[in-house]
Amino acid sequence: MRIVMNDIHKAFGANKVLQGVNFTLEPGEVHALMGENGAGKSTLMNILTGLHKRDQGSITIDGKEVHFKDSKEAEAAGIAFIRQELNIWPEMTVLENLFIGKELRNSFGVLKERKMKTLAKQVFNRLDISIPLDKKAGECSVGEQQMIEISKALMLDAEVIIMDEPTSALADKEIEKLFTVMKELTASGVSLVYISHRMEEIFEICDRITVMRDGVSVATSYIKDTSFEEIVKQMVGRELEDRYPARVPKYGKTVFEVKGLSRKGVFEDISFSVKEGEILGISGLMGAGRTEIMRAIFGLDPYDSGNIVMNGESVTIKSPADAADKRIAFVTEDRKDEGLILDYSIRDNIMLPNLKSFSSYGVIQTKDEKSFVQTMVKRLKVKTESEEKSVGDLSGGNQQKVVLAKWIGKQPKVLIMDEPTRGIDVGAKREIYQLMNELTDRGMAIIMISSDLPEILGMSDRILVIHEGKISGELMREEATQEKIMTFATGGNEK
Amino acid sequence: MKTNTLTSIWSKFASLLALILLVGVVTVLNPAFLEPANLMNLLRQISINGLIAFGMTFVILTGGIDLSVGSTLALTSALAAGMMVAGVDPILTIFIAVLIGAILGAVNGLFIAKGKMAPFIVTLATMTIYRGLTLLYTEGKPITGFGDSYAFQLFGKGYFLGIPVPAVTMIIVFVVLWFMLHKMSFGRKTYAIGGNEKAALISGIRVDRVKVMIYSISGMMAALAGMILTSRLGSAQPTAGQTYEMDAIAAVVIGGTSLAGGKGRIAGTFIGVLIIGILNNGMNLLGISAFYQQVVKGVVILIAVLLDRKRS
Ligand SMILES: Nc1ncnc2c1ncn2[C@@H]1O[C@H](COP(=O)(O)OP(=O)(O)OP(=O)(O)O)[C@@H](O)[C@H]1O
Ligand SMILES: [Mg+2]
Repeated sequence: MRIVMNDIHKAFGANKVLQGVNFTLEPGEVHALMGENGAGKSTLMNILTGLHKRDQGSITIDGKEVHFKDSKEAEAAGIAFIRQELNIWPEMTVLENLFIGKELRNSFGVLKERKMKTLAKQVFNRLDISIPLDKKAGECSVGEQQMIEISKALMLDAEVIIMDEPTSALADKEIEKLFTVMKELTASGVSLVYISHRMEEIFEICDRITVMRDGVSVATSYIKDTSFEEIVKQMVGRELEDRYPARVPKYGKTVFEVKGLSRKGVFEDISFSVKEGEILGISGLMGAGRTEIMRAIFGLDPYDSGNIVMNGESVTIKSPADAADKRIAFVTEDRKDEGLILDYSIRDNIMLPNLKSFSSYGVIQTKDEKSFVQTMVKRLKVKTESEEKSVGDLSGGNQQKVVLAKWIGKQPKVLIMDEPTRGIDVGAKREIYQLMNELTDRGMAIIMISSDLPEILGMSDRILVIHEGKISGELMREEATQEKIMTFATGGNEK
Repeated sequence: MKTNTLTSIWSKFASLLALILLVGVVTVLNPAFLEPANLMNLLRQISINGLIAFGMTFVILTGGIDLSVGSTLALTSALAAGMMVAGVDPILTIFIAVLIGAILGAVNGLFIAKGKMAPFIVTLATMTIYRGLTLLYTEGKPITGFGDSYAFQLFGKGYFLGIPVPAVTMIIVFVVLWFMLHKMSFGRKTYAIGGNEKAALISGIRVDRVKVMIYSISGMMAALAGMILTSRLGSAQPTAGQTYEMDAIAAVVIGGTSLAGGKGRIAGTFIGVLIIGILNNGMNLLGISAFYQQVVKGVVILIAVLLDRKRS
């Protein structure tokens, strides 16, 4: 299947999002689509698959003009779309989610449960994942939910699969497997559109790349003819310094300690501490229990035994509100479900954890509020016309910046970040790293969970590796390498 | 943006337009509607539903519902009447009754927030429980014999600067609640819980506490409405307030607040209350039978919700 998109235009009201994009997808290729947050990548793919109507331009498939009305029509034509924002029905099981709207029925209308289970297991085997089919999807980690979405697309036997940041919540092992599957697919003539902000992946898996900037396609080139520097230049219009800004940590006293924290069947005997000014990286495979540990610390989930100590004193945290009182903040990995109120404005979202600081006797000080929100929006470079815009209308990366703004603005003593740069573009990532340096310079302690190994290596002063709910290794910045982390993460070299 | 602002203007003013249209129609059919005496009468009539609906707005904004308001009204009314018969000062009685309303509401809130039970179920249960307690306390008979306090009579029947006191009460309460909802952090928290409870919780909002407070407010409003009714009737009726929850919910919904929570405005509820009030008042003026009135009210609710769905 050959898809040609020519001179595509699209505006949301006065906001001209696409202003002449050309994009060609050849059979059997992996075509990368890159660009800054808000450049219009997701919108372009939404237009291809009928989620949005184009204002202008043509789309042809094998020479024939098409106008899909919705994603069903696109799927029928052989185009599957793994969207950036996961579409999970949290109350339904993994199996039900896999077959939602496409349930297999016999001639009496009864569900063919066994057949569906077999098919589901086949896909899961192919991706080498083992999520229980009867688990509630809402209880799955974001990485697992992402895998469900990928599986759904694979089951469609499509000729074209669009992947909008499929790896932003995945760890290396899952990504490797995904890449194997992608290679199998292209070998059989399937073409893939691959949107990602992780540069290494683009060079590893893609054949061609189209770069977008501010709603126009800047260039399309063969991966082998281009370079990291050139792509970045096309994306941001200037050259970028090092990806990870230099870090000169200045440690203060130990602010935060966890002693022997355990929750049966989830994590066991977790002990660690963080100093003022330190960035503690937490690494591990999907499902290792990293997020679960942080949720327990933050008062979101219970734990069976153990102690949390702040500034030398044992503290009890029963709810996120308690944690907030102790000036602990938590950037959750699931921005759609836990981080944001999508229908509400950027301002309302940023203000959520900061209401107390900006009200006196419960009355909100609107002037202070306004300048605070504006400062945060500017500081994190959220791309928007106004702070009153709904967060749900922002691009994925810009939504993530709002989640960060929400918590950084609170100036916590301990900042826990779960996949903080998920979906954020290269340029903006660097600015966030810079910001993290500034925060630690002022004495904040940061605990950062990340599946992005280069990020862990580039930013952490110390790294804890979690394997099956236990700390399997600890590495200082100087001694850490990808290989050492992976060995600990897979349970080798048990401490 | 053009279509966006148009729809948002439409959604903001649809109920207001309906209200103006309704006033026009009723006035043309019977000009007596606009006479000051009738308007004052109207204001008095809507004050009870108004108070309950204002409280209900907070509840519905969090995605909840309070079916127990009618029973709360009856129970507080009966207890207040009992207290006054026993010689408690009428003004003090009003305060105590409102406090009892707050406690009855807090009970709802505690079951909903701490017990993680569905608001519909909890308030359905307390609706029967509070009604049952009222019947037990009154032995099924009206309580009378407290009508000689001038201050208490004033509360339901009096005038202040030519405006019925219940209407003044309603307007003061409206202003206070409007301020709480739109200018105070409490209001932001209310919206946040309805918009995404998980995100609100993780943002450090004490969701349980806010919910208990909101159901308390709803109970307080029901009790305050109960005081007005008791004063107007000069008695506490064990069956008072039955189906009042329906009129309140209807007013909130007609005013554009979504039953799913997170979206809506208390000013819309005021308009909804006016619409229902004018329908009742106007149809009475026109001599339309009470049976038809019910049908018309139902149709208006359907149209309001239908328009609301079209908007989003
Ligand atoms: N439904 C919508 N209504 C209004 N504006 C929208 C809508 N969807 C997207 N936009 C705007 O279109 C622009 C492009 O968004 P898009 O999601 O395509 O960016 P992206 O390139 O995918 O970015 P990211 O890397 O952050 O995912 C953004 O400025 C966004 O605010
Ligand atoms: Mg996107």
